[in-house]
Parts: sequence; structure tokens; C-alpha cells
Amino acid sequence: MTIQTLRIMPLAALTALLMAAPSQAVDASNKGFEVAARSDRTDLGFGDSKVAFEMVLTNAAGDSTTREVSITTLEKESEEVGDRSLVLFSRPRDIRGTGLLSHAKILDPDDQWLYLPALKRVKRISSANKSGPFVGSEFAFEDITGQELNKYEYTWLREEPCGDLNCDVVERRPRYENSGYTRQLAWYDQTDFQIRKIEYYDRKSALLKTQHFEEYKLYDGQFWRSLLFRMENHQTGKKTNLVFSDYTFGVGLEERDFVKSVLTRQR
Amino acid sequence: MSTARSRLDAFAVALARGVLRWRFLVIAAALVATALVAMNAANLGISNNYRVFFSKENPELTAFETFQATYTKNDNFLFVVRPVSEGAFDGETLEAVEALTAEAWKIPFSIRVDSITNFQSTRGVDDDLIVEDLVRDGASLPPEARAEKQAIALAEPILRDQLLTRDASVTAVNVVLQYPERDLTEVPAAAAAARDLRDRIKAEYPGIDVKLTGVSMLNNAFAESGMTDMMTLVPLMYLVVLIAAVVALRSLSGTFGTLLVITTSVLVAMGAAGLMRIDLTPISFSAPTVIMTLAVADSIHILISMRSAMRRGMAKLDALVEAIRVNFLAVSITSLTTIVGFLALNFSDAPPFWHLGNITAVGIAAAWVFSLTLLPAVISLLPMKVAVREGADTRSAMLRLADWVIARHKILLVGMVTASVALIAMIPTITFNDQWIKYFDERIEFRTESDVALQDFGLYPVEFSVPAGEAGGVSEPAFLERLEGFTEWLRTRPEVVHVYSLADIMQRLNKNMHGDDESYFRLPDDRELSAQYLLLYELSLPFGLDLNDRVNIDKSATRVTATLGDVTTKQTKAFLDASAAYIEANFPEGQRAKPTSAQVMFTYITDRNVQNMIGGTTIAILAISAIMVVALRSVSLGILSLVPNALPILTTFGLWALLVEQVGFSVATVASISLGIIVDDTVHFLTKYQRARRENGYGPEDAIRYAFDTVGVALIVNTVILALGFLVLTYSSFKMNVDLGLMTVIAIIFALILDFLLLPALLLIGRRQPVAADAAQSA
Repeated sequence: MTIQTLRIMPLAALTALLMAAPSQAVDASNKGFEVAARSDRTDLGFGDSKVAFEMVLTNAAGDSTTREVSITTLEKESEEVGDRSLVLFSRPRDIRGTGLLSHAKILDPDDQWLYLPALKRVKRISSANKSGPFVGSEFAFEDITGQELNKYEYTWLREEPCGDLNCDVVERRPRYENSGYTRQLAWYDQTDFQIRKIEYYDRKSALLKTQHFEEYKLYDGQFWRSLLFRMENHQTGKKTNLVFSDYTFGVGLEERDFVKSVLTRQR
Repeated sequence: MSTARSRLDAFAVALARGVLRWRFLVIAAALVATALVAMNAANLGISNNYRVFFSKENPELTAFETFQATYTKNDNFLFVVRPVSEGAFDGETLEAVEALTAEAWKIPFSIRVDSITNFQSTRGVDDDLIVEDLVRDGASLPPEARAEKQAIALAEPILRDQLLTRDASVTAVNVVLQYPERDLTEVPAAAAAARDLRDRIKAEYPGIDVKLTGVSMLNNAFAESGMTDMMTLVPLMYLVVLIAAVVALRSLSGTFGTLLVITTSVLVAMGAAGLMRIDLTPISFSAPTVIMTLAVADSIHILISMRSAMRRGMAKLDALVEAIRVNFLAVSITSLTTIVGFLALNFSDAPPFWHLGNITAVGIAAAWVFSLTLLPAVISLLPMKVAVREGADTRSAMLRLADWVIARHKILLVGMVTASVALIAMIPTITFNDQWIKYFDERIEFRTESDVALQDFGLYPVEFSVPAGEAGGVSEPAFLERLEGFTEWLRTRPEVVHVYSLADIMQRLNKNMHGDDESYFRLPDDRELSAQYLLLYELSLPFGLDLNDRVNIDKSATRVTATLGDVTTKQTKAFLDASAAYIEANFPEGQRAKPTSAQVMFTYITDRNVQNMIGGTTIAILAISAIMVVALRSVSLGILSLVPNALPILTTFGLWALLVEQVGFSVATVASISLGIIVDDTVHFLTKYQRARRENGYGPEDAIRYAFDTVGVALIVNTVILALGFLVLTYSSFKMNVDLGLMTVIAIIFALILDFLLLPALLLIGRRQPVAADAAQSA
């Protein structure tokens, strides 16, 4: 080997690296999207569902309080449109019958209607903030209602064990404006393709909260549902658990069950 | 009787000879020991949390900790944005505020940013409820739109007077922080980021001035004030010691020896502080200065004795042994009493004073050991030449003073007692003032920036967690009405600049939910409606903000924040008393809120510390009096010594009341610190008096002359050195140190005056008492 080739070697290596880097980034992005999409597809065609849950809020001092809520969801099969959902509060007693109807959008603010029974009136809420806390919990509304595929850009990071399973760790960056998050890390298992954990990073890229998806149950042999969401806010020390009772699928809901007039008929 | 003394003398001589024989070993051992202890100074941290000024048992602190665990924490940065010409809703200013708001989210540990631009404005239009940022892209808005936004902001109780002045000329951006509190780098890191942001905004918008304050800057200022002091006071103190040593000793070797002793003493003390895992505060940062002041006295006493022995014709090493012999007892007793005085600081409620007391006690103990070992060993190796001569000038001056005092002792007694009583009568006029912003002088940026901020906004929040009696009770109409009454009452108080209350939010929501009909700007009259409004409010809150900022988790209590303007501690107390009376009269039992906050803690900090230090000082007085009794071997003289020991402190408080009037919480510790120091004068004077009476068989008058003659000059020199040292402390950037230093200076000077003018008179008045008989008893 001559001295000349020795000099050229590092240069060549560097050039190769520079050329390889962009394509690797593309690969990671594609793979990240693929992992997320595979997970999203396992849920395709569930149609509608209904579930009641308890929302247990705990503050930094360890005090806690419970709210009882039910949620019905109508699937919109297009990946460009968000699902329809109706949230109904039943406890504490003084908010019983309060309902929130939501038509999720992917990148725009959701359409939301709120019904306050004491006021006997439906109000459309126009708000740009998607990542604000949902009724005092550590969850944003979007953290509860689901993971829309096109809300994020993806990068596949690595593969690692998660509990008994093996997971793909994917970084997701919100595509919509006004997000309180700069990025999220999601753990998708490689067996059932379900999300096991999400870490949320705030605008200064500091870890804000961690959501654990536990007690997965398989419905109709194809739809996985986690029956326990545990969310911990690392900055404030507050926690929220969502404890779900059994899901019902195939309720037979239709688009007309998710229009604003339906709100006044609940209770 | 004199056997004890001669035994002590023999011990001192043996010690001195041993030190000189093994001097290289002594020097090596002292330096190695110093290095080993000093290494631990690496463990020292610099505290940056105002909470260190309160013990874990402090009731105001525990109340506030509970409060903060229930609601959102109060650590914050406040950026005050002041456009030079136009108002806050000028296009450029809005652009700057929007940029500042967006960037402030990136400050480490920030969890929430509030400004006039990202305020969640709610509007009711028909059946729509619109929740949006009040200002978005403000620079592009036409003037009418900006005027409209300004009107909305000024009508909003949450913004007006809190983030926007009433004339809309100045605005503020508030950043709430939540520190993990894992290490001491968190606050400086956040403060550096906040300053950088302030400077960037100022550079980008030259027409806009930005000031930075808030609790986090306060916390950061504690560290910076301590560091500033360290950089200025310690060099200054070295200069003072250098000058004092050169003037008093006229010897380079002696000056070097003195500097060596004080340096090693400080190193040992700071190393010990590291071993104790102390986080330094501006108060404990003053320990090196205090140690140097007190340590220098030991060395100078010994070296003056040595040089005067050499002047009398003694050889150098013999003079050194003689100097140790004659000073051993006095140096030991004065060190011991001073240590007792400083250890008594452990009774204080404020941990920084425990640290100051313990670090200084170690330093004084080290100085005691080093001045009896390291100093003679080093001096013996260095050249020291003294011309043999008879120095009579000062002696005769002191004797003339003694004659003068003896001749006029009755008038002096009456005069001194009258003057003392007159000063002591002034003590009740002292007012306690602990405005934490004013703890820092203008050299500290936090002070100057906060002073400007205080012109437009309040910086002293007082929090009330108002209980509603039951879970969900905050929605009860009767409760909300009481809450609104309290809110309105708070607004009538002159001290209050701003009130943040759920009552305002409820009224606004009620209006919004009725299509912005002004007639609905009132509290809902139905519990369910209120509860549902709260749910709506929770849904509308933006990222980083939640209802727990205002309402506790089971909605059984709500938080009302009254922000006070530029108020003194006295005004705060008046406000707190008035609010307690209002709450007592208007809220049912079990629903009476107790005020809490940093401001409340500082309002009572002096009271707490005075209360705790009364016990500590009493024990110090008893211990020091016991030491006096043993040292003088006379119960009656020991008791008599209480007068010249206690009077300087009491008259100091009196003079302070007369000249300065206001004092912060360091006042509580002045008594025990100065007692340990000023008692030294009395020890020296009475020891010599006693020796003259017992050993030489002098009568009281001649014994007084003897005392003046032998220790008069040394006492003056000592007083000058101590006064200079504590004067250095008054150059501190931290007011507690300035107060402490100045009061100690006054007490030290008063002590000398009283020892020279009152103590002889007391001894002469009491001369009929058979001192000899007393001595015979104890012998």
C-alpha cells in the first residue's frame, strides 16, 4: 500500500458516509412509519366501541380523586380523517350528564361540542390547543382518544426488550401547530404490534410525562385494547390512571349518533 | 490559689518549649493536617434556595410546603417588558412579547409561560365558545385590532396589574418553573438561560427594555451575593489584617506568621464545613471574614508580648516562650467564650446561622491551636529583631487615664448608667424589616432589576387556600359568594396590587356561556352549573396550565393570590392581621384560610429567630458567666462581669433604634455573637485586676491602675482590629451581614468604653466587699 492510498482512504470513507447518511435517514423514517402503520392497521375495521372508565387523579402531595366517564367511538376508516367520539361524565354527581362530542381532525383543531346539562345548552368549542390537559388529568384529549397515523412524522430508533416482549422504539414528531410536545418516543411491541409506552417531550425537549399501556385484552380475536393507562408527569409529580371496564364492540352506532343534537339526549 | 496558675504557667512553658524543640515537626504536622481537612472544602455547595433560611420545623415553611404540594409551585421568572416610547400593544412590543413567550418555554425547568399574547381569551358568540391566544402575530394586526385586544386585556382581572399596567404601558411575562431539586446547578442554569433570553430580546428590539426578577432570580441572587462577598470581603480582610499586623507589630516576620495562622484557620474551618456537607449562603460565606478577624487577635497578642519581652532584653526564643506563658490563659479563655457565643447560633431558626456559628467555632478553635503551636514554630525560624529600650509613653498615658477614671468614678458611674438607660429605653422603637429584595445591595443585579419591576408590578404574593368544607364544595353558590366578597375586600386593601381568584373566572365563564351578555357577568347561582363551568374551564386550559393551579384536586378548596406591592414587613403584618380579621368575621369555622407564601415566611422570620435566640443567648450568657467565674475564681466578680458584658449589647440595640431604626432577622443573633467577643475585654481587665489584688496585695485603686497599665493598650489594639474586621463585613452585598457587622462594631466599641469607664467605677463602689475573703473561700 502506498502512502497516497493511505491518504485517500479516509477521504473515501468520509464521502461514502456522507452519501449514506441521507439514505439512512430516509430508511429510518420509512421504517418508523411502517412500524406505526402496522400498529394502526391492527385496529382497522373495529367499527365502533363503547367503554366506561374511571379517571383517578393524584397530585404531588398524594391526594387523589376519581371521575367516572364513558366514551363511545365511531371509527372513520380513512387515515385522513379522525374518529368521532362522545365523552360522557357520570361522576361526581354535579357534572353528571355533561357531554363532549368530538370530531377529531388530523392537523387542524378538532371540532368539539360541549353540553352542560345545568345550562341546557350545547356550545361549540373552538380551541386550537390539542395538547392541553383533559379535565384536570395528565392526559391530553388526544392521548386518550387515539393515535392517528398522519399526525406525526416518524423515525425508527432502535429495537429493545419491553417487559416480556421485544419493541421497536420510534420517535414521533407532531406535524400540527400548537403542539406542546417537540417529540414523543413510542414503544411498539413486535408480537401484537401494540403501543406499550410513550414518552412525551416538551418544547425544551425535556421529558414531560410517560404513559404506560397495560393489561391489554384481545377482543373479537383481533382488536387489542389496553385496560389500564398510567400517566405520570415527571415535572409536577402528578399522576393519572385511566382504569377501563370492559369494551363493547359492534354497538351499531352511526354517524347520526355523533351529531351535536345527540348531546342533549344523554343522561 | 496561685498554684493552679503556676501549674498552668508550667504547662504553657512546657508546651512552648516542646513546640520549639520539634518545630519542624510541628510545622509539617500543622500544614499536613490543614491540607487534609481543607480538601473536604470540595464538598461545599452554594445554596440557591430561599427556603434554607427556614428550619424544617418552621411553621410558616411547613404550611407553605403543604400549600405548594396541593397547588402549583411558585418558583418563577418575571420578565418586565417596558417599551421606551409606545405602549405594550404597540406592534413591535407585541412582536417582542410573542418572541419572548415562545422562547421562554425553552428555559430549563419551565413548565408554564404566561403573557398578554398567549393569554387564553374566551369569547361567547351565539352558541360558540371561542378559546384562543389573545394576540397572535401582533405586529401584523391593524391599530384598531390592537386597541381592541388592549381593551380586552385591561378588562381582564387576571392580566390587569399582574401582567399589564393599567395604562397599558408596561407588560410582563411570567415563567413558572418546577425544579427537580436534585442538584445545585439547576437554578444557575435556569437563571443563565433567562438572562440570555432577556439580553437577546433587548438586542433584537432596541426600543424595549427588559428587566428580570422573580423567585428564581432571588434564589440565584443568594449564590451570587455570597460569591461577590467572597471575592471582595476576603481580599479586603487580608488587606486589613496586613495593615493591622504591620502597624501593631512592625515586623515582616510577625505579619507573615499572623497571615499564616489566619489562612490555615480559615482553611480548616471551610474544610470542616465541607465535612458537615454545608451548602453555603451569604451568611455562612461571611465565616472566613469573621474567623480572620477573631484569629488575628490571638497572634497579635502573642507577638506583641514577645516583642515587648525582647524589648526588655530577652533573647528571641525565651521571649517566645514567655509570650506563650503570659497569653496562654487569656487566649484560651477568650477563644472558649467566643466559641460558646458562636455555637449558641445553633438555637436560631435559620440554618445559615447554624452554619456560620459552627464554621466560625471550628475556625476559632483552629486559630487557638495554631497560634500556640504553628505560630511560635514559624516565628522561631524567621528573623525578628527588636531594639532594647524602655517604652514609657503609652504606659503613662494609660496610667493617666486610670487616675482620671478613679478620680471621677462617681460621676462616670452616674453618667454611664444614665446614658445606658437612655439608650436602652429606645430599644422598643426598633422595627423589624425583612423585605427580601432589599436584602441585596445595588451591586447585585437582582436588586436593581427588581426595584424597577416593583414600580409597576407587585412581587410579593400572599396565598390563601380557602376551604369549601367538602369535596366539590368550591361550586356551592354560598361559598362562591363568600369567595367573591373576600376577593373584593382584598382589592380594597392599599397593600394589594393584584388579586387572582376563581370568583373572577366563574363570572367570566358565566358571561361567555350566555353569548357574552354583560348581565351574566355574575356568579352562577346553581352548584351544578358552577361545577360544569369548572369542567369547561378545565377543557379550555392550555398546555402547562391546569385547574390545580387554582383548585385543589377534590375541589374542596380554592387558592386566592393577593400580590402585594412595595411593602415593608410592618405593612405586611398589618395586611395579614386585617385579612385574618376579615376571614374570621365572614367565613364559617373550618373554612377559614390561613395566609401562606415566601412573603409570609419572611414577615415572621425575625420574630421566629428572636424567639429561638432568646433561649440560645440565655444559655450563652450562663455558660460564659460560668467560664468567667472559673477564670476569675470569684463568684462576685463573675456576677459583676455581667454588667460590662450585657450593657454593650443592650446599648447597641438602643443606639441602632435611634440611628437606623430598622433591622432584619440577623438582629436575633447579634447578642450571642458579640457577647462571646466583648467578654474578652472584661476577662483581660478583671484577670489583671484580680492578680494585682491577690498576688501583689494591691487595694482596688492600685489594682485598677495595674489593670490599665498592663492590658489597656492591648485592649485598645484588640478593639481596633475587631472593629476593623467587622467593618469589613459591612461592605457585604447582603444586608443581614451588614447589619450584623455594624452592630458588632458598635457593641465592641461600647464594650471598651464601658470596661474603661464603668467597670472601674463598679469595682470602686463595691470595694467595701471583702474581695480577699471571697478569694480565700475559693482558694
